Amino acid sequence: MKWNIYKLITTMFMIVGGIIFLIPFIWMLSASLKPEAEVFSYPIQWIPSVFMWENYTAVWTGEFLLAYWNSIKVTVITTVIAVTFSSMAAYGFSKIQFKGRDILFLLILATFMIPAQAILVPQFIIYQYLNLFDTHMGLILLNSFSVFGTFLLRQFYISIPDDYIHSAKIDGAGHFTIFTRIITPMVLPGIATYAILVFIFTWNDYQGPLIFLRSDHLSTIQIYIAKFASESGIMYSLTMAGTVSAIFPLILAFILGQRYVIEGMASSGVKG
Amino acid sequence: MAGKVEIGETSTVVKKRPKMKDKTKETWAGILFVSPLIIGTSILVIIPIFMALIVSFTDYVFIRGMGEMTFTGLKNYTRMLTDAQFIKSLVNNLILLCAIPVSMGIALLLATIINKYVYFKSLFRVIYFMPFISSIVAIAVVFQLLFHPSFGPINEFLMWLGISDPPRWLADTRWALATIIIIQIWTGLGFNLIIYLAALQNIPKELYEAADMDGANFWGKFRRITVPMITPTSFFLFMMGIIGSFKSFELIVVLTGGGPNYATSTLVYYIYERAFLNLNSAYAAALSIFLLLFLLVLTIINWYGQKKWVHY
Repeated sequence: MKWNIYKLITTMFMIVGGIIFLIPFIWMLSASLKPEAEVFSYPIQWIPSVFMWENYTAVWTGEFLLAYWNSIKVTVITTVIAVTFSSMAAYGFSKIQFKGRDILFLLILATFMIPAQAILVPQFIIYQYLNLFDTHMGLILLNSFSVFGTFLLRQFYISIPDDYIHSAKIDGAGHFTIFTRIITPMVLPGIATYAILVFIFTWNDYQGPLIFLRSDHLSTIQIYIAKFASESGIMYSLTMAGTVSAIFPLILAFILGQRYVIEGMASSGVKG
Repeated sequence: MAGKVEIGETSTVVKKRPKMKDKTKETWAGILFVSPLIIGTSILVIIPIFMALIVSFTDYVFIRGMGEMTFTGLKNYTRMLTDAQFIKSLVNNLILLCAIPVSMGIALLLATIINKYVYFKSLFRVIYFMPFISSIVAIAVVFQLLFHPSFGPINEFLMWLGISDPPRWLADTRWALATIIIIQIWTGLGFNLIIYLAALQNIPKELYEAADMDGANFWGKFRRITVPMITPTSFFLFMMGIIGSFKSFELIVVLTGGGPNYATSTLVYYIYERAFLNLNSAYAAALSIFLLLFLLVLTIINWYGQKKWVHY
């Protein structure tokens, strides 16, 4: 590779810009490891004078651990259910011919434009009526039926030629076998993309638990962090240790699946 | 990967003709596959829209049952006309919409540079996408400290630059909404950027080569080739941005609670406040219906407006 001097200089400027862009993260990480008195010292001391790992051990106790566990539970179950339902629907909408299919799909797609906040009041009524209010089950169901996911996965299913289905049918396979054994294994990159996205969205969801949960022992990590930040207002270093812990699984999921996340998002926008 | 599945070979052995019976079987299979999504979406989205419509004409409150509500006609709707806080929230929402093109402009410029003029492209994609995947609560908490009026690093820096009286950001009615917008642009930039980056791959290279031969500079190419060629993507991002601008809700709940003095209240936040903090459910339902109609009108305007600036 031949290095181009102009390109190198631009890269350098862009890296400086990128670091400035990431300052909130860097600041968060640095503050989470500082003694409380140093958090707001100016000029900013990016590298703490002593590394206060105790901040983390102080945060990782009782209620925080419970909230963390609640988040893991809700997020993992939601991801499994959402991926199952969306891939089933994506298969049904792309690989099975039935009457009214395309109209049904358009109708479902139209609901994507509705902001979740516009239907909070009736959802709340329904949840109380079905005894789903203030339960993890309710919270899980809230994010389990994804039109976006169905749309995204349908793009992947559609790209698989119908010939595979025809030949499998002639061999006597039903749609269930074709779906689980033949077609879905062929769209695993799409499934991975969507699974990572649901994981991220559900982990970050604040509105759902804010409205549909009330009991403290059911709180997810987002609710806990928001509460912790407003109640223990003075302990900024601890708050930052909490936020770093809360976004850690996401950064991990993102870095591991970076290619899937970015390309999946991009393909939903460009091809769609 | 596709080649591993060896099912095509036996296809010549048995030839079945599709019969009527197969067709009904297909229909049942289809319904079975899509039914979980359809049932879930019906209960959680479609039925609630009609419920909101009905409730909006009543005096329903959460703590009383559905049986005890009475119809009050258009009262909830006429109330909006004189509700200063509602109008303030609506205006704030319109201001938030104006921030969308700004974010798109920055994203397109960055995408153009990253696409052609730098090394380590994927590193930059990761950097700018980080805020998008981080939790809004964590971001809100961090920015609350960064923008802290008396000892936050941003104001310390401004004072070091010689500005003796920096804005009080989230605590100041004049600056609070601007602060929310800044945080929102920072958060959403990555999404716009990667969509633009993907779209840039589809612009034919010959166009730029021809422009290079004519001696066009960076700005000339950006304005006359990139921007017009990418308008369908811009249209998509603008639509997504409108939906996203309603999501500023979470940021507002954590950071300001709509304050100070409704300076950062938006339509969605106001619905939440009426419904869940003031327990004024019926009025909130009417506001929700207004929001849906408002979105519908925006979408229609956009759809017809796109003919003026989107080139396919």
